[in-house]
Amino acid sequence: MTRRGIDAVHGWLLLLPAMALLALFTHWPALATFLDSFWSTPRPRRPALFVGLGNYKSMLADAVFWQSVVNNLWFALGTIPLSIALALLMALWVNDRIAGRAAVRMAYFTPTVLPMIAVANIWLFFYTPQYGLLDQVLSLFGARAHNWLGTPETALVCVIAVTIWKEAGFFMIFYLAALQQISPVLGEAAALEGASRLTFFRRVQFPLLMPTTLFVLVNAVINAFRTVDHIIVMTRGGPDNATTLLLYYVYEVGFKYWDSTYAAALTMVLLALLATAALTQYLVLERRIHYR
Amino acid sequence: MDRRQFVIGSTATAAGALAAPAILRAATEITFYYPIAVGGPITKIIDGYVADFEKENPGISVKPIYAGTYQETIVKALTAHKSGNPPVTAVLLSTDMFSLIDEEAIVAFDEFAQSEADKNWIKSFFPAFMENSQTGGKTWGIPFQRSTIVLYWNKEVFKAAGLDPEKAPATWAEELAFAEKLTQRDGSGNTMQWGMQIPSSGFPYWLFQALTTQNDVILMSQAGDRTFFDKPAVAEALQRWVDLGRKSKVMAPGVIEWGTTPKDFFERKTAMMWTTTGNLTNVRSNAKFPFGVAMLPAGKRRGTPTGGGNFYIFNKTARAQQEAALKFAQWMTSPVRAAQWGIDTGYVAVRPDAWDTPQMKDYVAGFPAAAVARDQLQYAVAELSTHDNQRVTKALNDGLQAALTGSKNPDQAMKDAQSEAERVLKAYR
Repeated sequence: MTRRGIDAVHGWLLLLPAMALLALFTHWPALATFLDSFWSTPRPRRPALFVGLGNYKSMLADAVFWQSVVNNLWFALGTIPLSIALALLMALWVNDRIAGRAAVRMAYFTPTVLPMIAVANIWLFFYTPQYGLLDQVLSLFGARAHNWLGTPETALVCVIAVTIWKEAGFFMIFYLAALQQISPVLGEAAALEGASRLTFFRRVQFPLLMPTTLFVLVNAVINAFRTVDHIIVMTRGGPDNATTLLLYYVYEVGFKYWDSTYAAALTMVLLALLATAALTQYLVLERRIHYR
Repeated sequence: MDRRQFVIGSTATAAGALAAPAILRAATEITFYYPIAVGGPITKIIDGYVADFEKENPGISVKPIYAGTYQETIVKALTAHKSGNPPVTAVLLSTDMFSLIDEEAIVAFDEFAQSEADKNWIKSFFPAFMENSQTGGKTWGIPFQRSTIVLYWNKEVFKAAGLDPEKAPATWAEELAFAEKLTQRDGSGNTMQWGMQIPSSGFPYWLFQALTTQNDVILMSQAGDRTFFDKPAVAEALQRWVDLGRKSKVMAPGVIEWGTTPKDFFERKTAMMWTTTGNLTNVRSNAKFPFGVAMLPAGKRRGTPTGGGNFYIFNKTARAQQEAALKFAQWMTSPVRAAQWGIDTGYVAVRPDAWDTPQMKDYVAGFPAAAVARDQLQYAVAELSTHDNQRVTKALNDGLQAALTGSKNPDQAMKDAQSEAERVLKAYR
């Protein structure tokens, strides 16, 4: 065998373990899900039938599906920009030399460390009507008790607030790391030139942080479609589906109704949405990013 | 039957591993999935029962697996069934009967409970509990931890409002009149104390079924293939529930959380509450005021659904294991054990003769509230249960919450729920 051939075999052998794992646990399940979505769910007395686009057609007529898509878009729109902006703000603040910096950093990071189930249970108490923390504080200003999680108009907003609180600290860590990579020389030069703090941020820090922003954005988008633990604890998708997110609906269809092929079809929609989002982000935003 | 959605770590204990090796070789091992649905040291009680059972039946070793909530337990049991390695027996919701039959996951008890004693055992339970355990002339589940809805009231605030603290409302009209007196608002119209509370998060259909039964209407057929959500009496019952919050303003509007309802009661934010008998021990240990327990008030009649879990025996397991599981279920539901289990947890002891045991008689003499659920059983109906149960239930839940939050009127909400249920159930007729 030629030298080149041996190298090729060598290379493929090195790749094999990772490829086997990826194929087994990522690619094959995705493909199987895709194929399953064209069949009906097998029951003991009714074997699976090929239904073509049947599952997708019933999805079009499924009001709960559409509501979960709309809810999820609002959820993404509510959580992504706010948690990123908040993360950046917090990172800038704790990057400066302030008193008790370590304590503040830790305080910001705490929500990230707590398990989502615990967090949701704490917030469940905050939102309890009348004697919950939120209502107690508001009553000092003369506001009336409000059933925060029991009213369709406010339930989703409440869930969004919990998510922002939970995620901002996590993203802050990435921004903080990136900020500390920026050479202090740049700051000194800007100071000599007489640039204001705002200008320095706008013209120097922010552009240099763009790779981090892209990374955080991709993560935030994925999380917006991926986290449902707090829904299960706080609202179970209610009242009247006001907080049903796409993944929660997949769980309901798959593990409560045991309609596994319809769940597979829903999963394909979720996959398509995420793939589109990730591709757009990389293809469009990547070009505008300055990598050092 | 407190189905709070807390995730509780499962702690599988190998009680059988302690038995002598010589016995182990011959022992029939049965796995037993058990859900943790109420607070308190339940796992310890179950472990104790299992150890006692093994002592009396050296040929059988029982392996309890605490699998989380009811929902998590059925997910695990059905997944295990589909992979060909099901548990031998499990306690699951009585309402999951049709789903389990459709998946061919369980076997009927009649298949191997053939002796005269076995047949008498099946007949020994309260008939109200058997409604959710039998269909098509076969017995698929054996009642174990069962409950009904009861009304709890705070005697202290009754007195403060000028009501007789020893008298619970007996009719809908009385309930509303009491609740109006018990609702307190401050000068700016802010409510300090609600008159009553019927929780509506998670599984509102269960509480709604009490209202419909009281309005003398049944929600589904015994065969589980038809629902009657669009009957006028159903919408009427829903109208009453909606009106309590929106028109009479004696109950908080919107969806009321199931999990925090007992706490609202302890905090005196509500003077009366509807919740499960399974909360009895919880209320007894946490209420800082004298409280009463009563049957739900009557509309056209009294009524409540039953709830809670049954023993099931799984398909695709060895005949010897199934017979061992039968023995275990019989042992667990013997009169003495059923009485003890009721006293330990607050569930309703599932058979009449359990209430004649000395230990139960003593308990009821000291705590008469414990007998209310039993006395209410004569008015009880089967909990809503159909083929493709969770989907049908979800359709009803969505309709109820839509009406309670004001996004649909009761009539429309129930018509929509019925057409969805009809779509799902057509395939099963």
